[in-house]
Amino acid sequence: MIHSLFLVNSSGDIFLEKHWKSVVSRSVCDYFFEAQERASEPENVPPVIPTPHHYLISVLRHRIYFVAVIQSEVPPLFVIEFLHRVVDTFQDYFGVCTEAAIKDNVVVVYELLEEMLDNGFPLATESNILKELIKPPTILRTVVNTITGSTNVGEQLPTGQLSVVPWRRTGVKYTNNEAYFDVVEEIDAIIDKSGSTITAEIQGVIDACVKLTGMPDLTLSFMNPRLLDDVSFHPCVRFKRWEAERILSFIPPDGNFRLLSYHVSSQNLVAIPVYVKHNITFREGSSQGRFELTLGPKQTMGKGVEAVLVNSQLPRGVLNTNLNPSQGTYTFDPVTKLLTWDVGKINPQKLPSLKGSMSLQAGASKPDENPTINIQFKIQQSALSGLKVNRLDMYGEKYKPFKGIKYMTKAGKFQVRT
Amino acid sequence: MLSMSTNNSSYNDQGGADSAVEIGQETTPTSNSGAGFGLFSTDFKKNDDLKEMLENNKESLKLEAMKRIVGLIAKGKNASELFPAVVKNVASKNIELKKLVYVYLVRYAEEQQDLALLSISTFQRALKDPNQLIRASALRVLSSIRVPIIIPIMMLAIKEAASDMSPYVRKTSAHAIQKLYSLDPDQKEHLIEVIEKLLKDKSTLVAGSVVMAFEEVCPERIDLIHKNYRKLCNLLVDVEEWGQVVIISMLTRYARTQFTSPWREDGVFDENSERAFYESDEEKTRDDTEIKPYTMDPDHRLLLRNTKPLLQSRNTAVVMSVAQLYWHLAPRNEVSIVTKSLVRLLRSHREVQYIVLQNIATMSIQRKGMFEPYMKSFYVRSTDATHIKSLKLEILTNLANEANISTILREFQTYVKSQDKQFAAGTIQAIGRCATNISEVTDTCLNGLVLLLSNRDETVVAESVVVIKKLLQAQPSQHSDIIKHMAKLLDNITVSMARASILWLIGEYCERVPKIAPDVLRKMAKSFTSEEDIVKLQTVNLAAKLYLTNSKQTKLLTQYILNLGKYDQNYDIRDRTRFIRQLIVPNEKSGALSKYARRILLAPKPAPVLESAYKDRDRYQLGTLSHTINTKASGYLELSDWPAVAPDQSVRNVEVIEPVRIHPSICTALFHFCPDSSQSSEESEKSSSQSEKSSSESDIEQKKKKKMKKPPQKKNVKPPNKDRYQSVMCKPNSWVGPGFGACVCVCDFSSCRMNLLRPHLFSRRLSVVISCVSGPAFVPEKSHNLLHRMTGKGLAAQYQFTRQPCLYQPNMVSVQISLTNTSDHRLEQIHIGERSPAGLKIHCFNTIEFLEPDASVTVSMGIDFNDSTQAANFQLCTKEDQFSVSIQPAVGDLFLAVTMTEQDFRKEQGKLQGMNECSATITVTAENTSSQPLNRRVAAMANVGVVPSGQDNVHRFAGKTACSGAVLLVTVELRESSAAVITINTEKSVMGSMLLRDLKKSLAQA
Repeated sequence: MIHSLFLVNSSGDIFLEKHWKSVVSRSVCDYFFEAQERASEPENVPPVIPTPHHYLISVLRHRIYFVAVIQSEVPPLFVIEFLHRVVDTFQDYFGVCTEAAIKDNVVVVYELLEEMLDNGFPLATESNILKELIKPPTILRTVVNTITGSTNVGEQLPTGQLSVVPWRRTGVKYTNNEAYFDVVEEIDAIIDKSGSTITAEIQGVIDACVKLTGMPDLTLSFMNPRLLDDVSFHPCVRFKRWEAERILSFIPPDGNFRLLSYHVSSQNLVAIPVYVKHNITFREGSSQGRFELTLGPKQTMGKGVEAVLVNSQLPRGVLNTNLNPSQGTYTFDPVTKLLTWDVGKINPQKLPSLKGSMSLQAGASKPDENPTINIQFKIQQSALSGLKVNRLDMYGEKYKPFKGIKYMTKAGKFQVRT
Repeated sequence: MLSMSTNNSSYNDQGGADSAVEIGQETTPTSNSGAGFGLFSTDFKKNDDLKEMLENNKESLKLEAMKRIVGLIAKGKNASELFPAVVKNVASKNIELKKLVYVYLVRYAEEQQDLALLSISTFQRALKDPNQLIRASALRVLSSIRVPIIIPIMMLAIKEAASDMSPYVRKTSAHAIQKLYSLDPDQKEHLIEVIEKLLKDKSTLVAGSVVMAFEEVCPERIDLIHKNYRKLCNLLVDVEEWGQVVIISMLTRYARTQFTSPWREDGVFDENSERAFYESDEEKTRDDTEIKPYTMDPDHRLLLRNTKPLLQSRNTAVVMSVAQLYWHLAPRNEVSIVTKSLVRLLRSHREVQYIVLQNIATMSIQRKGMFEPYMKSFYVRSTDATHIKSLKLEILTNLANEANISTILREFQTYVKSQDKQFAAGTIQAIGRCATNISEVTDTCLNGLVLLLSNRDETVVAESVVVIKKLLQAQPSQHSDIIKHMAKLLDNITVSMARASILWLIGEYCERVPKIAPDVLRKMAKSFTSEEDIVKLQTVNLAAKLYLTNSKQTKLLTQYILNLGKYDQNYDIRDRTRFIRQLIVPNEKSGALSKYARRILLAPKPAPVLESAYKDRDRYQLGTLSHTINTKASGYLELSDWPAVAPDQSVRNVEVIEPVRIHPSICTALFHFCPDSSQSSEESEKSSSQSEKSSSESDIEQKKKKKMKKPPQKKNVKPPNKDRYQSVMCKPNSWVGPGFGACVCVCDFSSCRMNLLRPHLFSRRLSVVISCVSGPAFVPEKSHNLLHRMTGKGLAAQYQFTRQPCLYQPNMVSVQISLTNTSDHRLEQIHIGERSPAGLKIHCFNTIEFLEPDASVTVSMGIDFNDSTQAANFQLCTKEDQFSVSIQPAVGDLFLAVTMTEQDFRKEQGKLQGMNECSATITVTAENTSSQPLNRRVAAMANVGVVPSGQDNVHRFAGKTACSGAVLLVTVELRESSAAVITINTEKSVMGSMLLRDLKKSLAQA
């Protein structure tokens, strides 16, 4: 299936290669570089590139291209999903997934890749299993290893690999037993010029951090499970139980994992938590443009809107801006034409605004389109859809765990067309 | 990469460099190992000191060296010259070092075949290691070394591993099959045998890998799947996610060859299938009873039902593969259940979006309705990548219909203004397609496009003109207004491509705008010299067409233009001018052709068809690479058409083997057991590693001898030398209903020695292993006293042989013990203490924390009697007391029933003649002369399975010993006057004669 893997950095250098079958010369990447040159943006490189003898399937994350070389028919999503899993694993192991981190830990990276694929077919991708086979590098362990000569590599087949619960290690022990669940909802919306909603939908996830001893069996129930339109589960969730009772019942993996992602459809009315007043005009013949932007809260259920960040790709004709924010800081990059305004918290009494003028290229005609405004924000302690966890119970173990649930709403792809 | 010869020379260089070690020594290992590789000289020196480090005795130095070498490999630097130094460490005790050496070997063995052979014996040894991880990784590396010489060794190793007790090792062997096949396709036939065997495997771990091997090696042998089809369907939810993808795509292909099309007579089937879907339990009976023109094969339904939950998978590849399965296999009205999940995937990474959108694009052409409710999910965001934008546009266009077109067009208006001009151009094309598809909006679209002609951007205008041209070409009669309008625009439009297109349009339909066309030509004649080439060409074209239709008004203009063209700087234009002049102006030379000038220039031209680029993509299976790149990728397997008549359904029938009944208490015991078991296995591991350490490091020789000392094993399984087992876990209330074992029993066996010299023995073992253990024909109700309540101070215990294969380890006999507390106080911590003989292997039950008065509990344990009737003595302990107890097996309880055909029986019997046979003639009682009571009596006496017999008077039974797996064959031949001959064939002649004695007694009894 997957023949080889090349890691390419943003400047187009191959800094790591791994082959699972016969060696494929790195010249095969030339086709990739060609495509990279043709693409105006790094994101525009097509994920699947056919070459005379191979097919290149790549993903771009953290400004690194992970290029897999394929020789014969295989579902492309299979490869893409696997590559993303590799990135996730690196991130899990090294905290970050950067070129430097990979280069520093090249041996662990190699050991991981060796375990994750056998002959190009995924072998172990579950992070709990991998961590039993290859322990993540920590400073303490490095020191201990140098002194005692012990290794980072496990000698036993991880118990998870063979069990019906492959995601959980056995023999987990904690002195403080705790289970935290974060309900995070992201709102994707497109707002048109007049302020009316074109499309809005809520995507939610429940991320869990479970540190419980033994083999706990958890159930999580919601006050209003009907809200969830479409769900996807971590493999640990028992599907039958969900179908029948709308209860999440599962033996959790150890540590951090994504329990559930769900979708609240656009058919339900979605309350848009912020509004934007804008007035962006370019006059024909003049080298000046007006720019006015005001943000305000709307339907936030009394919670404050925080960490507001506005960015907008201004038209190519804009040379510079002279703007005055009522709060926060703004930057404009004259090269990429990217305007960023870090607003911070919205104070309902004194709405934040950004006003001023833009200078345009002299003689150039007026841009056809006003820029789109992308907004990011956070609302703590509230899930926009109104989803509420009813209770969390634990069976199978005797101790009493500490349980915590947190709600948060974030902006996903929140765009305002002007 | 270097070729063989250069490698050899570099190896020789290395030999010479040995003497220069001292020079290399100055560069002691520094921490900044990554730096300074650029210069060849330092590179050379570094490699030298690496070599030295590898030859050092210190493990840590070796490890450091290997780490740096792996760094070199990762960078793509050549480290092949270190091969001899590295390969020496292949037998290292340090597991990390060993793994890194493996990495190196796999990378370079192909180039250094001769040296690679040195490592083979190490792997062969490791293949017999008691640790399954080591066995598996040895097989992985052995099969990854692409050295043709070792193909026979690989073949043997694969065959052996395929019957390993550890599913993990079996999984590895499935992977190895593909490796061997790519190395030597001639081994196909042998490999298919192994695949066939592994396909029967019930472990979810193996399923994905073996199907992968099947797809790679012998996708055409669809017959191998029949018997495993239902099992694969049922296992599917519990297979690991990558295996699911492979299995689903294989089953899609399979289903298309085996079932009839569900797509006929949609309407009739509608209601039935809808209900069947939600009331799936009753659905089978319904399918049978209802007489409909089309009834779905229950197996077809099984596949659809069992894949549906996987739509909720977090793995996008799994969701996509289920979606394509529904698309290709489900009745039309059920396909839409995949929509939601596909739309969900659009939230995932950019690359995932790209593939999913492509597939939706193909689907949405055929089935608009599926995605129409989710139209808004395909609205374009300014932050999307260009290829995502154009795919979304494609889908929106496909979804457009009379009802939603106004919404879509409003959305398109925004896109047209996008800063991404390539995307804006794409939008214009999309508008054009909407206009042709939906006649109601054609005029609106045309007007909108005409407005765009005044856009400042060249690409937008050009694209609009081109699209308008196409639209008008389709229905020119009604649109002379627009042509007039465009003629007026000509004064303002500067984009040459657009001007050219307008000129072409006017020329083509000059008869519909008879007044304007000559005027346009007049204007063009005026500006001809300053026009772009492409416009000049079209002007010449226009002139020629007008000359033919309206020569009165345009003759002079045409001549003027042709004269200008004659002296143009561009030779294309000069050439065209000359050609046109000869064609249209009649003179004596041109004669024949000019008569047809009108028919040549003004021939009716077919209107271009505006259709989706994804129209024909559905010839490829959705979700495949071929679909993505729209060409057949190598190794693409065609999806066949539905057969007109379904092939025989019964091929999928499997003789029902009773699932192992697990007592609920065992189940829970197992469930709570896990932590303990891993501890105890760790302990045993420790003790063994200590013993290993005690022997000095270099005494591999001695170890070899140790192995030799062990008596040569004749049976396929030798008694394990360590009390090792892996825990068993169940996922209660698993995703799957009852019907397949919820428990997977995993045992780690030290595998038997691979015997190269006696292949016939090897093959025979295989045949024995294949005959599967079946459930017991009879379970004796009788329980025996283990501990009397008086001696046990209130604790009473009874035991019973369940005759089931033992869960913990197959060579144990499973015993069920019921403990009762007859005292008036609670008994705490009931567990098993010391045992004798000391080597007795017992799988203890979990410590029972407490037992209330008058309560009783049933637990299960496994005892390895080692094929003898010697009693197992152990201590049953409570918190306060210890009681010595013993379990005495009857010889019949030491067997496991085996299913076998008569043919196999005869074959096995033929091998067990002479010493291995004992027989006796007895007089049986009258009631035992008929087959049923006789079968019952034999089964009661010994745990053997009945072999179907062709003769009425001969009854055959087969079993195997629990510990060594030796075959036991019992034949009872009834003769006249209630005489009977009992024959027992087994290698275990002592057990044979003991059983014979028991049987004699039993059958002679009334």
